[in-house]
Amino acid sequence: MTKEERLKKRHQAEKRFRFYGLTSIFVALLFVVILVQNIFSKGSSAFKKTVITTEIFFDQELLEIQNGASQDEIMEADFYDVMIENLIKAYPAKDRDEEDELLKLFSGEAEIEIKKAFLKDNNLIGKTITLDLTASDDIDQLHKGNYPRDLPEERRRISNFQLIIYDYFVEKKKISKNFNNYFFTNGDSRDPEIAGIGGALVGSFYSILICLLLAFPIAVLASIYLEEFAPKNKITDFIEININNLAAVPSIVYGLLALQILLATIQLPRSTPLVAGITLALMTLPRIIIPCRASLKAVPPSIREGALAVGASKFQSVFHHVVPLALPGTLSGTIIGLAQALGETAPLILIGMVAFVVDIPSSPVDPSSSLPVQVYLWSESAERGFVEKTSATIMMLLTFLIVMNFVAVYLRQKFEKRWN
Amino acid sequence: MNIVLIFLISIFSVSLFFYGKSKTKTISIRDNIKLNALPKFYGYYLVLWCSIPSLVFLLVWSLFEPTIIKSIIIETAANQGAVFNDKNEANLIYEKIKAIHLGTYFGDIDSILKESALAYAKFINLFTNSKVVLIFGIIIASVVYSLKKIRNNNKARDDVEVILKGLLFASSLIAILTTLGIIFSLLFESIKFFSVINIFDYLFGTNWSPQRAFVRDASSITAAEYEELKDAFGFIPLIAGTSFIAFIAMLVAVPVGLFSGIYMAEYASIKVRRISKPIIEILAGIPTVVYGFFAALTVGPFFRQVGENLGLTVSSESALAAGLIMGIMIIPYISSLSDDVINSVPQSLRDGSYAVGATKSETIKQVVIPAALPGIIGSVLLAVSRAIGETMIVVMAAGLAANLTINPLESTTTITTQIVMILVGDQEFDSPKTQSAFALGLTLFIATLVLNYIAQRAVKKYREKYD
Repeated sequence: MTKEERLKKRHQAEKRFRFYGLTSIFVALLFVVILVQNIFSKGSSAFKKTVITTEIFFDQELLEIQNGASQDEIMEADFYDVMIENLIKAYPAKDRDEEDELLKLFSGEAEIEIKKAFLKDNNLIGKTITLDLTASDDIDQLHKGNYPRDLPEERRRISNFQLIIYDYFVEKKKISKNFNNYFFTNGDSRDPEIAGIGGALVGSFYSILICLLLAFPIAVLASIYLEEFAPKNKITDFIEININNLAAVPSIVYGLLALQILLATIQLPRSTPLVAGITLALMTLPRIIIPCRASLKAVPPSIREGALAVGASKFQSVFHHVVPLALPGTLSGTIIGLAQALGETAPLILIGMVAFVVDIPSSPVDPSSSLPVQVYLWSESAERGFVEKTSATIMMLLTFLIVMNFVAVYLRQKFEKRWN
Repeated sequence: MNIVLIFLISIFSVSLFFYGKSKTKTISIRDNIKLNALPKFYGYYLVLWCSIPSLVFLLVWSLFEPTIIKSIIIETAANQGAVFNDKNEANLIYEKIKAIHLGTYFGDIDSILKESALAYAKFINLFTNSKVVLIFGIIIASVVYSLKKIRNNNKARDDVEVILKGLLFASSLIAILTTLGIIFSLLFESIKFFSVINIFDYLFGTNWSPQRAFVRDASSITAAEYEELKDAFGFIPLIAGTSFIAFIAMLVAVPVGLFSGIYMAEYASIKVRRISKPIIEILAGIPTVVYGFFAALTVGPFFRQVGENLGLTVSSESALAAGLIMGIMIIPYISSLSDDVINSVPQSLRDGSYAVGATKSETIKQVVIPAALPGIIGSVLLAVSRAIGETMIVVMAAGLAANLTINPLESTTTITTQIVMILVGDQEFDSPKTQSAFALGLTLFIATLVLNYIAQRAVKKYREKYD
């Protein structure tokens, strides 16, 4: 091999090596794009729900209440018959079986939706109004184009007759898509069309609030001690080793800790944001202490010495001068720690947050779910409608995480002093 | 009750603050003496003495009260003639008694339960009353003590700072307490587990099927039952599955992460680096349940489809899908750390290599990487420990049955998956099945601890070399 050939070969090797590096970065970036695109394309349709515009006639004989009935009377009244009588008129069905199939196009929530319309205006007896009633999950998915209609009938959840009715609705422009308020206000449900993340949102909020209230003060105090006051001895070393190790302990181990100590020994109520918050706080603590210490360390010694020189005590120099300067870094570290805690799932599953909870929790000691656990729960469900709900929940979760991270970056860039 | 107490304590503390402040002022004017601290520090001094002992007492009391009451009540119920064979039944009776007391029990109430509920009410009353009395006793004692101190014109600022320093120290002790809590809660149940199942049967058994131990009290297992249970808790398939998935993850993460780290440290312009580094780190910030969802609903079915087209049978919960997605999650751990490590290799080493005519890639391959190797190995080990402790991806995308296999297209299970599967839903305490989850947790804890220790040592040693 001549010199020139060898050189050419070496330069080719150089180019190849560079190409590998670039490809790796590209692969990693590509994956971010694929993941986000996949979630968004699946989830964005969940923010809309399919409704069927139906005429509702409030028959006094079926309702057995008067115009101007009180709220309690309306709540007591049975709207089931009114619903059936009106819904079967939506399409000219020939017999009982066809009527049943027609009724299945509507959500089980239709009765309550009719009742709500009457609650809003209690003078509707004997009148006819048009209402947008929520369609069943199958029609919802079909209308959004997530359901293949060219499958043979026996493999479809929607019968041929139902498809005929659906096409009739589409032709008459009776079917449309509205904003899905249920997704934000409802708790969990077995029916995808009325299932929402309201309960999970509140549960996550309480958990993170408790986590913040516990972890932030303890983490700040602990980092102040370790950075400013701790003597160099075995105990301090031991504490530091512990903190570094705890930051690397798998999160599921914290779940086992919570199960044994918080639930079995102290007997706190299962499945509640209280227990979730304490567990997340224990887990987040070392992850906050590490950035807190870094930002305390970044404050130059001249600040401390200046305060001491004019007669402040060690405590005053730390709390009046060092801590306020380190606060932006501390806060942004805390927010990033909380963002991690918000996405944490495994320990919450162990403390029983996987329970099926319909009600929206009204306090931190009510059983509840949380956003990531809701993702886990729905992803295990077989119904097609839950796929878009899961993706939409992930979109909400990612939005919160992005906002929190931006706030953290903003705090650091805006308020942190650079010491050069 | 506790909230009322905390409220009272805080009101009391706040009023003591103003009392202490004005009292010391008047003393100094009346007796014409110079105070040893600003008046407000005397206020703080009283506040700390009033609140800390009583709140600490309240916390400790609340931690132990339920357990103590429970054991007393179960004993009284037994004395009344209640029959229960094991802990679960005892717990059930205790829950019933509690529900009767709260008026939320709608079943039949016999005389035993009724008597026990009355006893329960009595004990609750007794405990609450003694709690209140003791707390007020503590407050009075500490306030009397601290008032005496401030009358003697103590150095209040110094004393306040000593107390606060103690508080700071106590906060940092939480880290030790958490570690102790983890170790004890894992050891406690694991020891019970290993008293039933021989530790060697656990460590070297090749069959994992804990559902065989369903609803069975660990303390009353007969010899025949033990023979049956003995080989239900074999750890080998789990560690094999865990290592296998972690291995697949590393096959993805190490080359991609390492090459991106090298490119960012050595080739990329500042601009490219500033954009690409945070985007890659997004991968580490995405919650793992999102990866799990993606692996289970998109990647798994996709692989099965591809396999079908190629004539292969691919399980929809294949080790390949879980490992691949886990690998992608881990990329930023390796790329960021190796980027840092490579950046701290001194420039003189590179200059030396260029001076003898090496190209950039030759310098990287033959000088920079060997120099940075301990740090890179450390970062890979950290990533491995992350992979074996990862839960949600494998729970959602890997299988549940423990197969001993090296075929990446089949489903396999991991330690973390089994912990979740055992502990989700209703658990009966004192069953070897439940206890086995804690034994698995202990094994996982020790494994990650050892890996992290080695990795941190490697990184630290490497840093010291070039500092």
